Amino acid sequence: MNVDWELFWASLWPITYYGLTGTIPLSLASFALGLLIALVVALMRISGNRFLAGAARAYVSVIRGTPLLVQLFVIFYGLPSVGVVIDPWPSAIIAFSLNVGGYAAEVIRAAILSVPKGQWEAGHTIGMSHGQTLQRIILPQAARVSVPPLSNTFISLVKDTSLASLILVTELFRQAQQIAAFSQEFMLLYLEAALVYWVFCLVLSSGQSYLERRLGRYAH
Amino acid sequence: MPTDPDSRSGGDSRLLTVTGLRKSFGSNHVLKSIDLAVDQGQVLVLIGPSGSGKTTVLRCLNGLEVPDGGTVAFSGGPTVDFGSPVPRRQLMALRDRSGMVFQHYNLFPHMTVLQNLIEGPVQVQKRPKAEVVREAEELLARVGLAGKRNDYPQQLSGGQQQRVGIVRALALRPSLLLFDEPTSALDPELVGEVLTVIKELAEEGWSMVMVTHELAFAREVASEVVFMDGGVVVERGHPDVVLRAPRQERTQQFVHRLLNPF
Repeated sequence: MNVDWELFWASLWPITYYGLTGTIPLSLASFALGLLIALVVALMRISGNRFLAGAARAYVSVIRGTPLLVQLFVIFYGLPSVGVVIDPWPSAIIAFSLNVGGYAAEVIRAAILSVPKGQWEAGHTIGMSHGQTLQRIILPQAARVSVPPLSNTFISLVKDTSLASLILVTELFRQAQQIAAFSQEFMLLYLEAALVYWVFCLVLSSGQSYLERRLGRYAH
Repeated sequence: MPTDPDSRSGGDSRLLTVTGLRKSFGSNHVLKSIDLAVDQGQVLVLIGPSGSGKTTVLRCLNGLEVPDGGTVAFSGGPTVDFGSPVPRRQLMALRDRSGMVFQHYNLFPHMTVLQNLIEGPVQVQKRPKAEVVREAEELLARVGLAGKRNDYPQQLSGGQQQRVGIVRALALRPSLLLFDEPTSALDPELVGEVLTVIKELAEEGWSMVMVTHELAFAREVASEVVFMDGGVVVERGHPDVVLRAPRQERTQQFVHRLLNPF
């Protein structure tokens, strides 16, 4: 195979640029929203209220039991037929954050349950309410346990955002596709896209070790 | 700071009165009508076989369990009657009167020693932080842990952790200290340092209810020993009587087994 290095170097910045302005912000926004959803869903599941727990369980089941691509298409191509038209970017953020919410809810629920019952009791004993104990005693400890699994969720999300190219969001992969279609150099451009994703994920993984160290300061 | 007994107590006045305390878990009747009374400065020691309900008594006093029936009254407070649903505010008010020390310490692992101590006073009681910190440092110094304020619990020995647990309870300025087998999880050589602290607090006039298997300690420190079995009080009285010459057969067997394990 003859590698067209000139094309490689010429397309590296456009691809990276749409990674930085498409893939990364899409990932960060969806992950932040997704974590919020996940926390609420996890708390619903352990609330002891049968209705809330059942609704949360159903949500997790649907999200985990259906393909992300289908969720994305339902929101972007399906909803307009019932009169709900959402632009590509918001559609992508909604689909991805709902998806993260389903997966991360289970992680957060498990992390909360992993904190010993004695910690709840110690919180109550010093006069804290349930909510105060959750916020100041339980969640900080749960956060530390959930960093490694949540990092997995985040890395998966970064790669999954390439699906947004199919609903017309210009991000890393869509840019590579466009250059490939124009230049007919499919192998080169898709490998190049893969390379940029890989570098992004390497950088993001180093954030995981930092977070683990920071949240785990107390456990020597 | 309530370390001066004279500032808190009016001599032999009654601090806590418990009548007819009942608690079941499903079909398991853990407490079948318990009466207790603690005077100011008194040390009440609860002994008995495991499953006898001793720990449940402490947990009911601290609001970690809600009794099914009976009354609990602290001096100067309302008589809380558990025969009917008790409003949350009343439960919280009851909890405020006592400080709990757990068998497994239950310190907050993500906080330093000092943060563990000031969490309740600052976050819940909303007392000024500077004052709370000063008081916490004095308390730490008194239990020999002045240099450990910035350590995390995992960096301490079990005995040190339990002393922090005791100080965490003291920092809340309760009128009654509750100890749930405070030395049971400790290595034998660390038991002494914790019992010494508890004994000093008793001598300073702190009122306490303590569940323990340390009979020698009970004999020396207790004002009254209560022997429980099967959810009822079998025998109670002065430690010299209950621990040396118990009248009830079940008490005799229990004390004998504890003193002669082989």
